[in-house]
Amino acid sequence: MDLIAELEAEQIAELGHQIPDFKAGDTVRVGFKVTEGTRTRVQNYEGVCIARNNGKGIAGSFTVRKISFGEGVERVFPLHSTNIESITVVRRGRVRRAKLYYLRSRRGKSARIAEDTNYKPRKDA
Amino acid sequence: MLRSGVIAKKVGMTRLFLEDGKQVPVTVLALDGCQVVGQRTAEKDGYVAVTLGAGAARAKRTAAPMRGVFAAAKVEPKRKLAEFRVAEENLINVGEELSADHYFAGQFVDVSGTSIGKGFQGAMKRHNFGGLRASHGVSISHRSHGSTGQCQDPGKVFKGKKMAGHMGAARVTTQNLQVVKTDAGRGLIMVKGAVPGSKGGWVTIKDAVKKPFPENAILPAGLKSAAAAAAAAAEEAAAAEAAAAEAAAAEAAAAEEAAIQAAEADAPAPEKKEGDE
Repeated sequence: MDLIAELEAEQIAELGHQIPDFKAGDTVRVGFKVTEGTRTRVQNYEGVCIARNNGKGIAGSFTVRKISFGEGVERVFPLHSTNIESITVVRRGRVRRAKLYYLRSRRGKSARIAEDTNYKPRKDA
Repeated sequence: MLRSGVIAKKVGMTRLFLEDGKQVPVTVLALDGCQVVGQRTAEKDGYVAVTLGAGAARAKRTAAPMRGVFAAAKVEPKRKLAEFRVAEENLINVGEELSADHYFAGQFVDVSGTSIGKGFQGAMKRHNFGGLRASHGVSISHRSHGSTGQCQDPGKVFKGKKMAGHMGAARVTTQNLQVVKTDAGRGLIMVKGAVPGSKGGWVTIKDAVKKPFPENAILPAGLKSAAAAAAAAAEEAAAAEAAAAEAAAAEAAAAEEAAIQAAEADAPAPEKKEGDE
């Protein structure tokens, strides 16, 4: 392991975040810390994870898309951000692609994702 | 207040997540046996500086004159040498090794290195020229530099005219980079932002010239020998403290015992007092 990988592994261990096993197509709820003036509260953001980028490393991130007041909203969260309080998987989706960017051009019925009823967690997760 | 810099190796870049939710891009710079190889003094050389060496070189692959220099300094042959101008009182003894504690988190530094070579590049990439228009009669020369001068008077292209040519592989200094974290154990300095050169390249780190000299900077330098001495002193102090604490504890125990005995001796008296209250 080179020094950079070592440092990143150390930092991930130090942050000690519990990151559930999820992938594109899953519906996730992200508890994100919001600072308003002096006090902080946790804001929940729930939607479909349409992409995971840069793996599980320190640079990893994921994109969550939801329809808010009839307008599509996408947010990119760094996987190991200290602003993320929790990530919970609400629903497992069955998709055949790693990046679900095609959902951007779809609305309503065609933007649905089938539920993965017999979901098996990955062995290494 | 001029003090020595250090020679470091660029390891690569990563990011740090801070407690307040911010993420900072950092370049990891590693000290690899950064030792003083020589001194330049006003009497002998007309200026005051320290020569630092870093990295391990094979003695067999080192030129004979350099082998003599290293032998005189009683240090292992070094891969990279650099001189740093210092104030007279900040001269460091030959053979001392610098540690990453030389810098502290939050201070600003200037980092110099050799930038990545780009080869022969056109004026657009090399000097940020705008190029010519995409249409309106421009043919073939969309990325050309355009005119290089005037007419028969002066009848020449001025020296230093920005044109296409070799780009990169030049000495570049990035100023005012903030030190985010240091790790003296592994000899790492993490600096916010990018640093010139490729991974594995040598860079020199100096205190920022465009910021006030930091008050809590270690003078003459953050040395490994000093750190070791401090650690030994701390250990000694801790040992002494532990001994003192032990003695105090023993004393306290003795006093307590005495108190208990005393209490046992005149047990009825305090009880009565309590009853009175």
